[in-house]
Amino acid sequence: MSTVSVITVICYLIFAPVVGLFVSGYDRVITARMQGRQGPPFLQPLYDLVKLFRKEATIVNRVQTAMVVAFLIFQVFTGCIFFAGSDILLVFFALTLADIFLILAACSTNSPYSNLGSQRELLSIMAYEPMTLLTAIGFYMVSKSFNVSDVISMDKPAILQIPGIFIGYVFILIIKCRKSPFDLSTSHHAHQEMVKGLTQDISGNVLGIMELAELYASVLNMAVVGLFFVYKNPWSYLVALLVCSVVYFIILLIDNIFPRVKWNVMLWSTWAVTFVFGGANVLLLDMLRTAVKL
Amino acid sequence: MSKSPWLLHYDASSCNGCDIEVLAATTPVYDVERFGIFNTGNPKHADILVVTGGVNAQSSSVLKQIYSQMPDPKVVVAAGICACDGGIFKDCYNISGGTDTVIPVDVYVPGCAVRPEALIDGISKAIAILDEKRIQSREHAACEVHYDNPGNKGE
Ligand code: SF4
Repeated sequence: MSTVSVITVICYLIFAPVVGLFVSGYDRVITARMQGRQGPPFLQPLYDLVKLFRKEATIVNRVQTAMVVAFLIFQVFTGCIFFAGSDILLVFFALTLADIFLILAACSTNSPYSNLGSQRELLSIMAYEPMTLLTAIGFYMVSKSFNVSDVISMDKPAILQIPGIFIGYVFILIIKCRKSPFDLSTSHHAHQEMVKGLTQDISGNVLGIMELAELYASVLNMAVVGLFFVYKNPWSYLVALLVCSVVYFIILLIDNIFPRVKWNVMLWSTWAVTFVFGGANVLLLDMLRTAVKL
Repeated sequence: MSKSPWLLHYDASSCNGCDIEVLAATTPVYDVERFGIFNTGNPKHADILVVTGGVNAQSSSVLKQIYSQMPDPKVVVAAGICACDGGIFKDCYNISGGTDTVIPVDVYVPGCAVRPEALIDGISKAIAILDEKRIQSREHAACEVHYDNPGNKGE
């Protein structure tokens, strides 16, 4: 590991929650404005987090807390791999593992809502996982390496060759960010058909740990969006940042426009997008390359 | 804590008049989210329990259970005159009275139906009590004196 990657990882560890809170605050204010409300103060997510850590937790069993902590650890670990410039394939696999810990935490309890939430989360993973794999493959095709450090030192941004994969990734980001219409397992909005689903039995400071992990996750998710635009030119980081905010705004817009769908709609629509945009992109790129070689 | 109160609304036996007013408080006109107030459906995430309607035979056990599921510190707001003392249904054979016949109530907000302005005012009082309780429980834990505090435990 080079010194640069050590510094990036340390920066990620320290600043990711700050950036996550910033994104979350932006999220809540913009959502409120879209609904014609004034909305909470910008620092509201921070107040919520501080409150959660000050609250007593109802411990339903010992396993759950351990699982939630494992969720945080793996989420942070995944981010470290990414920001150290390592293997993107490993990032996506470790991310799924982190999510599995959350699912285990939710199904370790007796609450039917929590169990239902964990099943729906598994369905969500089933929906988005093919696209994440295609994303990794797409990056490999353009840079001949799975390493993030190689992707960011290319001569041209990856988006020029894999725009379809970018669209597919943004689509699954709606599921990953738990936004409507795909917020099936647990929702940021109050009241859904199974109360709080996945987080039903996670409370107080344990919920705080989970929220912290989600902050790290949101930064990582947006960083992958940025990866499509970053290349040798230092100005590309600015472009990536701009694109990330536009993408997040679009996700918020979709969140406020569409009602929640049933799981089967989520599954086929996500797979359709994966196949049409992701699959076609990979296929075309491959065919073009063979044609050029011939 | 005072900046992030999460609400849980329970309809004990309300005629729906008060429920609509509670929901009205979350609409763009009143927008309680301005104060960080967030309407959650989960007792395990809630700090403030807002009860509407008088308590009857069926709702009393539910109310007790919801209250016991909420982690400390927590406060209860009785919204509407029915939740305060039974209101016009007080003498009904199935009504045992206000919320305080089952669980301890911290703030009473009268009105039939309760006005959203009054409710927001009541909740801001509840938030102040919430802060007090948190400080109390910290001091309580610090000096390790284990006596029963009826205000906190609700027994
Ligand atoms: S106080 Fe009035 S509006 Fe509210 S539940 Fe009672 S009767 Fe209905």
